[in-house]
Amino acid sequence: MQTAPDLALLLARFQFAFTVGVHIIFPAFSIGLAAYLAVLEGLWLKTGRQVFLDLYRYWIKAFSIVFSMGVVSGLVMSYEFGTNWSVFSKKAGPITGVLLSYEVMTAFFLEAGFLGVMLFGMNKVGRGLHFAATCCVSVGTLISMTWILASNSWMQTPRGYTIDPATGRFMPDDWLAIIFNPSFPFRLVHMGLAAFLSVAFVVGATGAWHLLKARRVGATAREPVRVMFSMAMWMAAIVAPLQILAGDAHGLNTLKYQPVKIAAMEGDWETEGRASELLFGIPNMKTERTDYAVKVPLLGSLILTHSLDGKVPGMKDFPRDQRPPSPVIFFSFRIMVALAMLMALVGFWSLWLRRKGALFTSPFFHRVAVCMAPAGFIALLCGWVTTEVGRQPWTVYGLLRTSESVSPIVLSSMAVTMTAFVVVYVIVFGSGLVILLRLLGRAPEEGEHNASPAHAADVLATHTHPGIAGPIPGEGA
Amino acid sequence: MMDFAYWLPIVWAVILVAAITIYVILDGFDLGIGMLFALERNQGRRDVMVNTIAPVWDGNETWMVLGGAVLYGVFPGAYATLLPAFYLPIVLMLLALIFRGVSFEFRIMTRGTAREALWEVGFMAGSGIAAFSQGVILGGVIQGIAVTNGEFTGGALDWLTPFSVLCGLAVMCGYALLGATWLVWRTTGVLEASCRKWAAWLAIGLFAGIVAVSLWTPLLHAPYLRRWTDWPNILFVAPVPVLVVVLGALLAMGLRRGHSRVPFLCALGWFFLCLSGLGITVWPYAVPPSLTLWDVSSPPSSQFFQLVGTAILLPIILTYTIYSYRVFRGKVTEADGYH
Repeated sequence: MQTAPDLALLLARFQFAFTVGVHIIFPAFSIGLAAYLAVLEGLWLKTGRQVFLDLYRYWIKAFSIVFSMGVVSGLVMSYEFGTNWSVFSKKAGPITGVLLSYEVMTAFFLEAGFLGVMLFGMNKVGRGLHFAATCCVSVGTLISMTWILASNSWMQTPRGYTIDPATGRFMPDDWLAIIFNPSFPFRLVHMGLAAFLSVAFVVGATGAWHLLKARRVGATAREPVRVMFSMAMWMAAIVAPLQILAGDAHGLNTLKYQPVKIAAMEGDWETEGRASELLFGIPNMKTERTDYAVKVPLLGSLILTHSLDGKVPGMKDFPRDQRPPSPVIFFSFRIMVALAMLMALVGFWSLWLRRKGALFTSPFFHRVAVCMAPAGFIALLCGWVTTEVGRQPWTVYGLLRTSESVSPIVLSSMAVTMTAFVVVYVIVFGSGLVILLRLLGRAPEEGEHNASPAHAADVLATHTHPGIAGPIPGEGA
Repeated sequence: MMDFAYWLPIVWAVILVAAITIYVILDGFDLGIGMLFALERNQGRRDVMVNTIAPVWDGNETWMVLGGAVLYGVFPGAYATLLPAFYLPIVLMLLALIFRGVSFEFRIMTRGTAREALWEVGFMAGSGIAAFSQGVILGGVIQGIAVTNGEFTGGALDWLTPFSVLCGLAVMCGYALLGATWLVWRTTGVLEASCRKWAAWLAIGLFAGIVAVSLWTPLLHAPYLRRWTDWPNILFVAPVPVLVVVLGALLAMGLRRGHSRVPFLCALGWFFLCLSGLGITVWPYAVPPSLTLWDVSSPPSSQFFQLVGTAILLPIILTYTIYSYRVFRGKVTEADGYH
C-alpha cells in the first residue's frame, strides 16, 4: 500500500522526468541545427553559392520554431529544481545553482541576444556581422550544454566538495574539481555527438523525403535537396562510428565510478569474469535473476572490460536499497545501442552508395533514411533514461537520496500540476511538431522568392515578420 | 571571512533586485503588449505590436531565468522555501509563459488556418495569466510564508489572499501600462493614438493600485510599518511617495502633449520606485517574516565564485543586449513587413 507521500514523490519524479524529457529534445535539436546553420552561412559567404543560402533560409525557419520551444520548456526547468526538489536545491544549490547561473550568464544571454539579429537582422546588419550572430547563437548552445552537463555529471560523480556537518549542505572547495569531475568529459562528448547525430538524421530524412517526392513525379530533386541529403549522410557516416567509440568510453567510465548502474544495465546479478552479454532478458528485482535470458558467452566481459576474462559486476554485490531499477535501463540501454548500430549502418551504406554514384537514386535507401528521422532523438532519450534512472536511488550519487531530496508538496497539488503539464505540453509541443512537419514537408527551392543575396533578409524574415499576410511563401496552396 | 559572509549576501541582494527589476521592466512591456491584444482587434496592428518585441522578447525572458538561477545558487534557502510555497502560481505562470512564448512563432505559422485563433488567444491569455501570477507571487512574498526549521510548512493555498490578488491585478495593470507606453514610443498612427488613450486609463488604474498596496503593506507586519514611520527612517523613505506623484504628473503630461518617450520612461520610473519601496519594506528578509538574507545564503565560497563571473559577464551581457536593441530601434509600421 503506497502512502500519500510516496505517491507525491513518485509524481514529483514523473513530472520532472516528463518535463525534462520533452525539454532535452529541443536543446539537442538547437545545438545541432545552429551548428549546421553556421556551417551553411559560412559556406555561402565563402563560396557565394546560392544553394547554401537557400538551405540556410530553409532551416532557419525550423530553427526558430525549435528554439522557441526550447526556451519555454527550459524556463520550466530552472524553477522545477526548487518546486519539486527543494531539499536537494538547498543542499546542493551552493554547487549546482552556481553552475546553472554560469550557464545563464555565458550561454542563454548570448543565444537570446543574437537570436533576434540572426532571425530578423540580415538587412539591418552587414553579412559579416550576421554570420557572427549565427556563430554566437551556435557557440551559445554549445556553452549551455557544457555547463548543464558539468552540473549533471557532478551529481553523478561528485568531487571538490565537503559536506557541512551542521546543515548537510555541499560546500564547494575546488571549482575546477567540481566542473571537471570524472564523468564530465565523457558525458559532454557523448551528448554533443548525440545532438549532431540527431539533427543529421532529421536533415537526412527531410532530404530523403523530398528525393522520394521528386521521384514520384518523375523529376530530379533540386540542388538544395541533394546537398542537404549529402551533407547529412556525411555526418551520419562520420559521427555515428565516433559516437559508438564515445559511448564505449563513457561505459568504461561508468563501470569505474557507478558499477551498480552497469550491472543493472546489463541485467547481471553475480560478479564474474568471462561474463556473457545478455541480448535479451527480463530482469526481476524481487527474485534477483534475469528471466528469459538470451546470452552470448564472453561478450559481456569483452564489451565492458575489453578483455575476455575481465570482471563484470553483479547487482547482488550491492545492497538492495542501492540498486537502480534494472528492467527500465536494461531495455533503454539496448534500444539506444541498437539505434546507434543502425545509424552507423546507414552511414556506411551511404558511403557505399556514394562510391557507386547512386546516393540520390536509391529509393529503398531513401525510405530507410525517412524512417530513421527520429532515430537520433529516440537514442538520445534512451541514453538519458539509462543514465538518470541508472543513478537511482540517488540525486547526488551515493550521498543524497532522491526520497530525501523532494519538496514538501502535497499530493493533490502535484496531481493538479501534473495533469496541467501533460495537457499543455501535448497541445503546445504537439502543435509545434505539426508546424515543423508542415515546414519540412515543403521542399527547399533554388533561389526561392527570386531573392538576390542582398534581398535575402526580407525573405528570411517573412516567416515571423507578419507584414506578409497569407500562408508561408512557397508552401503551395 | 566573517566580513565576506556579511557583505556578500548584501551585494547579491542588490544584484538580484536589479535583475528582477530589469526582468519586470523588459518582460513587463512584452506581457503588457500581449494583454493589449484584447483591446486591439485589427490583425495588421496586432502584427506591428508583436514586431516591436519579436527580436528581443527572448532576451527579456532570460532575465527571469537568471533570477531563478541566482536564487538557486546564491540564496538556496530562499529558492527552496519560496518555490514550494508558491508551487501552484509558479506552475501556472510557467505554463502561461509557454503559451506566450511559442505564440510569437505559432500565430504566424498557422495564419489562415483554424488553429490561428488558438495562438492569438494563447498570446493574450498567456501574457495576462503570467502577469497576474507574478503579481500574486510578489504579494505572497510580501505577506510572508510559514516556515519552520528552514522549510516551508504552510498550506498549498496560503498565498491566495485579497492582498495577493490585489497585487496580481496591480501588476497586470502596470505591465499593460508599460506595454502601452512602449507602443507609444515605437509605433505610429492609429495604434499610437489608441495606446495614448489606453495608457491614460492604465496609469490611473496603476496609481490606484500603488496607493492601495502601499497603504495595505505596512499593516501586514509591524516591522514593515516601523520601517516607514520611525525617525530617522522617514527622512530617507519620504522621497519615494513624493516621486511617485511627480512621475505620475509627468506621465500624464507626456501622454497629453504627444511626447514619444516620456510616458514610457515615467512608467519605468514607477516600477523602479515600487520595487525600491518593496526592497526597503522587507529588508533584510529574504523570506518574510522569518528568514533573513544571511539565513538563506549559500557559503561564501559559492557566492564569491559566482560574483567573480557576474562582475565580468554582466557588463558584457548588458553591452550586447543594448546593441541588439539598437539594431531594431526606431518606429515600427505596418509597411515594415512589405519591403
